[in-house]
Amino acid sequence: MTEGLQGPAPDERPHPDGRRTKQGTRIDPEVEAEQDTRTAVVSALVEHEPGVLAKVSGLFSRRQFNIESLTVGPTTVEGNARITLVVEETDDGIDQVKKQVEKLRPVIQVGELDDDAVCAELVVLKVRGDEPDKVHAITQMYEGQTLDAGPRTITVQITGDQQKIDDAVDAFRQFGIIEIARTGQTALARGDTPTTPGEEPGHEKAAEKTRKDDTRTGTYDD
Amino acid sequence: MSDPVSPSFDAETEAEAELEPEPGEDPSATDAEPGRTGAHSVVAALENAGAEAMFGVQGGAIMPVYDALYDSDLRHVMMAHEQAAAHAADAYGIVSGTPGVCLATSGPGATNLVTGIADADMDSDPMVALTGQVPTDFVGNDAFQETDTTGVTAPITKTNYFADHADTVGDTVGEAFAYAAAGRPGPTLVDLPKDVTQDETAVEPGDATVPDTYDPQTEADDEAVAEAARRLERAEKPVVLVGGGVIKGDATEELRAFAREYEIPVATSMPAVGAFPEDDDLSLEMVGMHGTGYANMATTHCDVMLAVGTRFDDRLTGGVDTFAPEAEVLHVDIDPAEISKNVTADVALIGDAATVLDQLDAEMERAPDCREWRSQCWTWKSEYPMDYATPDDEPLKPQFVVEAFDEATGDDTIVTTGVGQHQMWAVQYWTYTEPRTWVSSHGLGTMGYGLPAAIGAKFAADDDQQVVCFEGDGSFLMTMQELSVAVRENLDITVAVLNNEYIGMVRQWQDAFYDGRHSASEYNWCPEFEPLAEAFGAQGFTVSDYDEVADTVEAALAYDGPSVVDVRIDPAENVYPMVPSGGANGKFALSEDQL
Ligand SMILES: Cc1ncc(C[n+]2csc(CCOP(=O)(O)OP(=O)(O)O)c2C)c(N)n1
Repeated sequence: MTEGLQGPAPDERPHPDGRRTKQGTRIDPEVEAEQDTRTAVVSALVEHEPGVLAKVSGLFSRRQFNIESLTVGPTTVEGNARITLVVEETDDGIDQVKKQVEKLRPVIQVGELDDDAVCAELVVLKVRGDEPDKVHAITQMYEGQTLDAGPRTITVQITGDQQKIDDAVDAFRQFGIIEIARTGQTALARGDTPTTPGEEPGHEKAAEKTRKDDTRTGTYDD
Repeated sequence: MSDPVSPSFDAETEAEAELEPEPGEDPSATDAEPGRTGAHSVVAALENAGAEAMFGVQGGAIMPVYDALYDSDLRHVMMAHEQAAAHAADAYGIVSGTPGVCLATSGPGATNLVTGIADADMDSDPMVALTGQVPTDFVGNDAFQETDTTGVTAPITKTNYFADHADTVGDTVGEAFAYAAAGRPGPTLVDLPKDVTQDETAVEPGDATVPDTYDPQTEADDEAVAEAARRLERAEKPVVLVGGGVIKGDATEELRAFAREYEIPVATSMPAVGAFPEDDDLSLEMVGMHGTGYANMATTHCDVMLAVGTRFDDRLTGGVDTFAPEAEVLHVDIDPAEISKNVTADVALIGDAATVLDQLDAEMERAPDCREWRSQCWTWKSEYPMDYATPDDEPLKPQFVVEAFDEATGDDTIVTTGVGQHQMWAVQYWTYTEPRTWVSSHGLGTMGYGLPAAIGAKFAADDDQQVVCFEGDGSFLMTMQELSVAVRENLDITVAVLNNEYIGMVRQWQDAFYDGRHSASEYNWCPEFEPLAEAFGAQGFTVSDYDEVADTVEAALAYDGPSVVDVRIDPAENVYPMVPSGGANGKFALSEDQL
């Protein structure tokens, strides 16, 4: 008859002193262990097919990535669309975001934009119409446009980077904001730099893949 | 409306097809061989792609595909339940390396596949699921047996497709097949609306190719390889951690040669069992929650870990804070997203396992100087032997039964399992020496996996390769209806039900962590498996004494057809060593009182 499991008990064994962080990084006592989060703008060039937006956004909830905004729109290449994501993550988290998005089949290319990228957002604001002159002045100050003006409400649009939009929204608070709609940021790399690595002007590869008779591709969102 | 044929759909779509040709229809479609449909393209695409076996269940929305299959040489196995069809296809893929195909109708057929698809996804097994769907015009109307299958399966497939035209459906299926097997394998799904498979088309599918957005890196960067080689040469306490990717990437030969040449001890994850022979001196066997003491000691104390094709699952790492806490991790993986996902890599070697191992081998200038470390590992092997006691006054021990089957069968025998204690005994007490012989549900842990997996494995196995399935009583009851399939197909498989009349693994946890309160883990009645097997037309056996084990095992294996052995084991037996969830692997418990 055999004895069954034997050997020194857990507290009789040697144990290493080292540790890893929750993220699995070996702790180097010399180096700060916890990483700070930062905001990153990630651009994904995708094949514009039904379900692509669901696939991208589903990834974010499934993997618990912190996403601030997501915008989507067609490019000049038929069959392609660009998705712009703003995420708030650690460096490792941002890396994971890029790699996981890249893995999705309809995704052609993913890139993170530099700090000097050109970013823009649009906000539509509906405020009370009691003080039309003042509303007009502030709209001008932010180079906005009045979309609708009535006796009770005035609706304006402002475009610009996130800071400008935040400032504008603050400025309009004095009138009482009734409703607001923001698009989230969309962005391109500055100058000659391609927005996603290897992206060519008018990227043609995917154009050939245009589907015949596809009645379901009228929108990005399915 | 009555299933399975959903007559109204057939009527409506046919009528529509006659009245109103598809807008913009390819004029060449009029040259179609009369009656050649999208479904014929689906079947032709599978044939072109090299599909070998399919497992499925009929139903209204998938009937056109089945009708086209009627004229094909593709092997189709009619299963009793779609979940089993998916597991069978999954196991077929594991054993053969070629994606197994499963088929189901829309709605409940597709949702029944879901568990099996999720299982294949977690374990990166190559598989293709084809699901029927209501006709395109009905989609979105909550039509009879409509489920948003691509929506439901998006998070559990490598990718999925909604087929939108009879002319392109063949290429879509071909792509799905190629994509399932390429790079890091996984399940793909094509949802097939009934009009798409029923419409006529003259377009023959082309070769099965992966989408052009998919181009995995196969060779690791030279600098990374050099960096890894230097660190490995300098290592004093190196370990190779083998993941399932080594088997999937057919890198077993390279891995074995590498470990032996540089004399580095080898531990495996559960999906990698069989990648390195467990009877080799360098083998530490399996690491993790129910891994060996020596594998857990070695991986805890190593200074350099060459991890190949593993995703560092939490059942493998235990608490990540104490996982190989002092080791530099050199991580080889074909999927860049696995690098530093759970455990940060010090050197990332993105590429195909076999290619990167060859690159590393070419770069290595010397073996690490680790004689002392090897003897330390051997000391741990003798300090923490995998052993069990067999006292006379206690009932039959399951470990003994696993060993008896191992002794009575050849090295290439395929073992499949359900999920629970029996699964762990099957991995711990069988000595695996060949890849693709251990077939289990690792990442998802799906009870009921064993029997359908044995069916799928049998179709992929060589003619003389035996298939043994270890099941638990609870797990077996989840899919045992598939015995009807095994009997119908006269499959020579042997199922050993390690029957403890408990939902055993849960009972073990309740004893350890819930004050022994056996909530919903005790049966007050359990069916007898021997007569139950016979009712299906299989051969039944029952065994409860040590003396009878060898003869019963022999008789069950000798029976030409499916046999089921009801093995009455000690209900109190537990699985150890054990690392509690999130615990330190180096503090594995050898018995309940050490938890
Ligand atoms: C489909 C499914 N449901 C529930 C579980 C949770 N679970 C894990 S092991 C287990 C007990 C299995 O009991 P049995 O099949 O009798 O095997 P034993 O542990 O006794 O060997 C349960 C309920 C699971 N893994 N899978």
